Amino acid sequence: MSRPAVNSDTDFDVSKPLKGTAGWLDDRFGGARGVRTYLLRKVYPDHWSFLLGEIALYSFIILLLTGTFLSLFFVPSTTEVMYHGSYVKLDGIKMSEAYQSTLRISFDVRGGLLIRQIHHWAADLFVGSLMIHMLRVFFTGAYRKPREVNWLIGIVLFSLALIEGLFGYSLPDDQLSGAGLRIFEGVLQGIPIVGTYLAYFLFGGAFPGHDIVPRMYILHVLLIPGILLALIGAHIFIMFWQKHTQMPAKGNTERNVTGQPSYPYFVAKTSAWFMFIFGALALLSTFASINPVWLYGPYTPVAISSASQPDFYLGILEGALRVMPAWEWNFLGHTVTFSVLIPFALPLGIVLGGAAFWPFFEQWATGDKAYHHINDRPRNAPVRTGIGVAAITFYGVLWAEGANDVIADKLQIPLYTVTWIARVLTILGPIIAYVITKRVCLGLQRKDRNELLHGYESGIIRQLPDGEFIEVHQPVNEERLAVLEAKKVPALLPAPGSEDDNGVPAPSARGMLGKARAVANRAFAETIPVEADGHGNGHHGNGHEVTGEEHEAVGAPGSAALPPGEGGEE
Amino acid sequence: MSWINARRRRPAAGYAALLLGLVVVALVYGSLTSRGGATEASAAVGTQQDIEFGKDLFQANCSSCHGLEAQGTSQAPSLIGTGAASVYFQMSTGRMPAKEVGAENERKPVTFSEQQIEDIAGYIASLGGGPEIPTAEQVSTEGADTALGSELFSANCAQCHGFAGAGGALTYGKDAPSLTASTPTQIYTAMLTGPEAMPVFSDGALPPQAKRDIIAYITETRVEPNPGGFSLGRTGPVTEGLVIFLGGMSFLVLISMWITAKRRDPRPTGPTGTERK
Amino acid sequence: MSDMEETEGTESPGAPHRVIGTPPPSPRLLGSAAVAQEPGAVALVSDSEEFAEHVDGLPPDDPKVVVHGRRAERVVVACFLLTFIAGCGFVAAYVGLGVHTVDKTLRSNLALGLSMSVMFLALGLGALIWVRHLMPNIEVTQQRHDLRSDEKQRRATEAYFKEGTANSQFVKRPLVRRTLMLGTLPLLAAPVVLLRDLGPQPGTSLRHTVWSPGRRLLIQGLNKPITPAQFSAPGSMITIVPDGYEDDQDALTKAAVILIKFRPGELHIPTRHQGSTLVGTMNWTVDNIVAYSKICTHVGCPVALYEQTTHHILCPCHQSTFEATTGATVIFGPAARPLPQLPLTTDAQGYLVSKSDFTEPVGPSFWERG
Repeated sequence: MSRPAVNSDTDFDVSKPLKGTAGWLDDRFGGARGVRTYLLRKVYPDHWSFLLGEIALYSFIILLLTGTFLSLFFVPSTTEVMYHGSYVKLDGIKMSEAYQSTLRISFDVRGGLLIRQIHHWAADLFVGSLMIHMLRVFFTGAYRKPREVNWLIGIVLFSLALIEGLFGYSLPDDQLSGAGLRIFEGVLQGIPIVGTYLAYFLFGGAFPGHDIVPRMYILHVLLIPGILLALIGAHIFIMFWQKHTQMPAKGNTERNVTGQPSYPYFVAKTSAWFMFIFGALALLSTFASINPVWLYGPYTPVAISSASQPDFYLGILEGALRVMPAWEWNFLGHTVTFSVLIPFALPLGIVLGGAAFWPFFEQWATGDKAYHHINDRPRNAPVRTGIGVAAITFYGVLWAEGANDVIADKLQIPLYTVTWIARVLTILGPIIAYVITKRVCLGLQRKDRNELLHGYESGIIRQLPDGEFIEVHQPVNEERLAVLEAKKVPALLPAPGSEDDNGVPAPSARGMLGKARAVANRAFAETIPVEADGHGNGHHGNGHEVTGEEHEAVGAPGSAALPPGEGGEE
Repeated sequence: MSWINARRRRPAAGYAALLLGLVVVALVYGSLTSRGGATEASAAVGTQQDIEFGKDLFQANCSSCHGLEAQGTSQAPSLIGTGAASVYFQMSTGRMPAKEVGAENERKPVTFSEQQIEDIAGYIASLGGGPEIPTAEQVSTEGADTALGSELFSANCAQCHGFAGAGGALTYGKDAPSLTASTPTQIYTAMLTGPEAMPVFSDGALPPQAKRDIIAYITETRVEPNPGGFSLGRTGPVTEGLVIFLGGMSFLVLISMWITAKRRDPRPTGPTGTERK
Repeated sequence: MSDMEETEGTESPGAPHRVIGTPPPSPRLLGSAAVAQEPGAVALVSDSEEFAEHVDGLPPDDPKVVVHGRRAERVVVACFLLTFIAGCGFVAAYVGLGVHTVDKTLRSNLALGLSMSVMFLALGLGALIWVRHLMPNIEVTQQRHDLRSDEKQRRATEAYFKEGTANSQFVKRPLVRRTLMLGTLPLLAAPVVLLRDLGPQPGTSLRHTVWSPGRRLLIQGLNKPITPAQFSAPGSMITIVPDGYEDDQDALTKAAVILIKFRPGELHIPTRHQGSTLVGTMNWTVDNIVAYSKICTHVGCPVALYEQTTHHILCPCHQSTFEATTGATVIFGPAARPLPQLPLTTDAQGYLVSKSDFTEPVGPSFWERG
């Protein structure tokens, strides 16, 4: 095969800059082989769900760029000033310098409002894409060995992103975010023993004080982005070093990775992706107003608006605060308010703590210590998928409850009814979701097995001589076969009480923990086997009444769908 | 054959006939039902209220629920002492006459003309006094301090009506309505009389000038353009969160599917496996 | 060599080669002469054996390919030209459109945002079509190296580390070791100690507000005092701030008050004690006017929604609901305590004033509250 013909008039000759600049650098740093092997030829598997983490990465870069612009104009100070600026509706009002500088960015700096809005939309997109990226990694089992550390780094990144966002939208010191800060302070205050000290130390005294905005500012523009950058660097490097996982497909094994080389293919695609993300954010910032602080007004502790919610990613905390019934203990001169502490610690504790704990729990329950570079299809891991959907349901119910007054208003449901529904669904919802999801996964596994054994429905209807109509099934092609057969059968650990030939009881099943492990193991091991079972072989009897002609299209000789020896009997 | 007959069997003929029928019915219905005055009540209040006429109107339209002397029944409260202002508010927003006894009355199309409303208001005022309908000067926002209005609105109104007057939920199925359709007189009389669940803001607590400042804030805010794009309902981060998922994320996921889709074009070949350096 | 071949598995006679909507036959893989995979193969595979490339399709001078390439190139070029135009538009909009009013900001945002969006989207579109339709469709397989180091390397590192530790005498000289740890302990405590001055200790400040005997109630925003006669309409509600602290946000965070007027006979505030402290009574009302703390006892939002018909005070943050006629007792929601009541009386001029501070701490609960 020949290369495309070279046209020396218009073609761009890269050998000169290569020999020049690259050579100059190589003289001093070396690395020509490394650049080729690790940068230019590195293989990136192609699946759309692998691009979700990049949304987060590029949103972060956009946040850095737009944030730098904003930091050139924003004043992180709560010194009170009287406003006489461009937004004349608030002329004469006392407000903080932080709020005033935000108004200045919005109305007196060309492109300021656009950059402000891109920054806020990018923050929302950053956290949202982290969520779906995390879910993708979870549902495909990509957190398994050797990627547990990267998973943990990811959870830390997500937690930091939440805090970063909270501080970011609280900087302008407007009515809405100020109310959120007040709630944050009230929650802190309620922590037993150290709560009041924590609150006073963070805020530099009573709420609101004058220290919180400058402190949030330095955390928001320096400390947390620094940690985020370092962790993102580590996260990407680990992914780079261990190579990306890949989806089950023909030719994909645990020992290889298939995709397109970095240069120029992946570089071009990821650059296009960055442009699309930036373009989408710019489009949103042109046509969708976000955080119009001039409508909220400057913060004052005597005022509040209906429909006061934090940004969506903190909706779970807000919903947890709303869903709790009153619960407080007073004893010996001390007060502990569970109606505040439980929402503060439990929901995110369950979700994020559970997520952090999960890879190790799964390894313990399945006894699976192998390396995994091929992703699971979610249906092939029913317990994992079920628990994931249950977690989503738990998160989602509380998130929706966080907007309960908006739901009550727009959907004309009485306010307290919404809260009661959420109270019930917070407990029942995840249970129902788990059961339904697990059954759906097992059902899909059955469907896959049928496809393997009987082939796919080809859409060809054939009439048999006796008048009966059948649909002809074709055996699946090799690519599809590889996908269907990629299911791993989970191994069963020894049951409690079982012994080996010498009468030694199984160590893994000893004691209370061993019994719990056995229960978990049985649950994880529930699967629909891919090999033909007694029924599946019953194309010629075994209680399966069928005429021979029906199956002449299926199990054709040489097809991999049936075990050898079975084919061609019709 | 006539023009119509020639086209009678065309498929479009059925639709045209239906459309014609609907238009005719609409015209007939519209001409037969009497529409009251414009929902936009004029500020020219203070014309002579005909109390006698108002009494007749009241007894014909309102007394079945409110009693013949407006003393109230089990279905509706007494109107004695509620004043002309409360009558004006309820009737000019169409809340009264109420269609049903329920959680609360919503704004609906007005059944009476401006003059009729004032007549009934005058009659009710004659029974027991109460707050009066403000004059045009009293609701004029000229020279109003909108900034002060924003502070007063924030502290006393936003918790129910929303920071920009978009409305909000109350308990047991009630809600505080959006303020986009209210006229200055309606806002004034609402503050003054505290209709239904709304508290009363008497002139002693919020003097008329303060009320004008609040009205100025409301009327200016609701026509203020959104420089950042569509307002997303002016309800805050809830709708923003919906937009980022349904709009931003969905769009990007579709693009990601495109980026990584298998290629179907006639594929030009590239360097072979032998050529590596 | 690389033609599309039939899949393995004979199809029924008469059946079409491929049916619409069903999976296509898989293309042949070429050149998969990858190095044989022995499990446990040691790292360093040479460059040439590491990659196997799969190439399929038509030769580059096939007319279909050439035409397709030309068409794609035209689209890409158009996209990049559009990017250029949009970029120029962005600069023009920046230079030409000013801001400083809401309307002008809207126009500027629209122009700048639209040109920026087109710029990026066109650039992305062009790059994407370039990659998908102008670049060849290469698929490469790379072998994964063993992540685990082999035993020899592990043992060597272990041995070296052990030797180094032994040479350092760290293990052999306990006094050195322990005094090192002792010496560095205060160093670790230093950052914690340095942070002490982040803020004052709370002390008893959370138990008190700025309300004191004889302090006038002022209407928020207007900052004028109020007499019971001015607040005589039943069903009235207004937000109150303490005289002297109208703009003090730190004080207002605990001192904001909500004033409500009832009809005679509606108020039934029971006399309530917390321990031995009186915290609620009808004696603290004036003329059926009652003052409650506006700070929610849940987490501190202003509890401002007052429903005249139900006498409920509803906090919009988490829907804690208080019954105003019985001393702001909680009837729904996460708040655990009623709103503190401010003792009211009138001064010599007839204005409403506080009799004293609140007799219990205002706002969210805390450990030392009691």
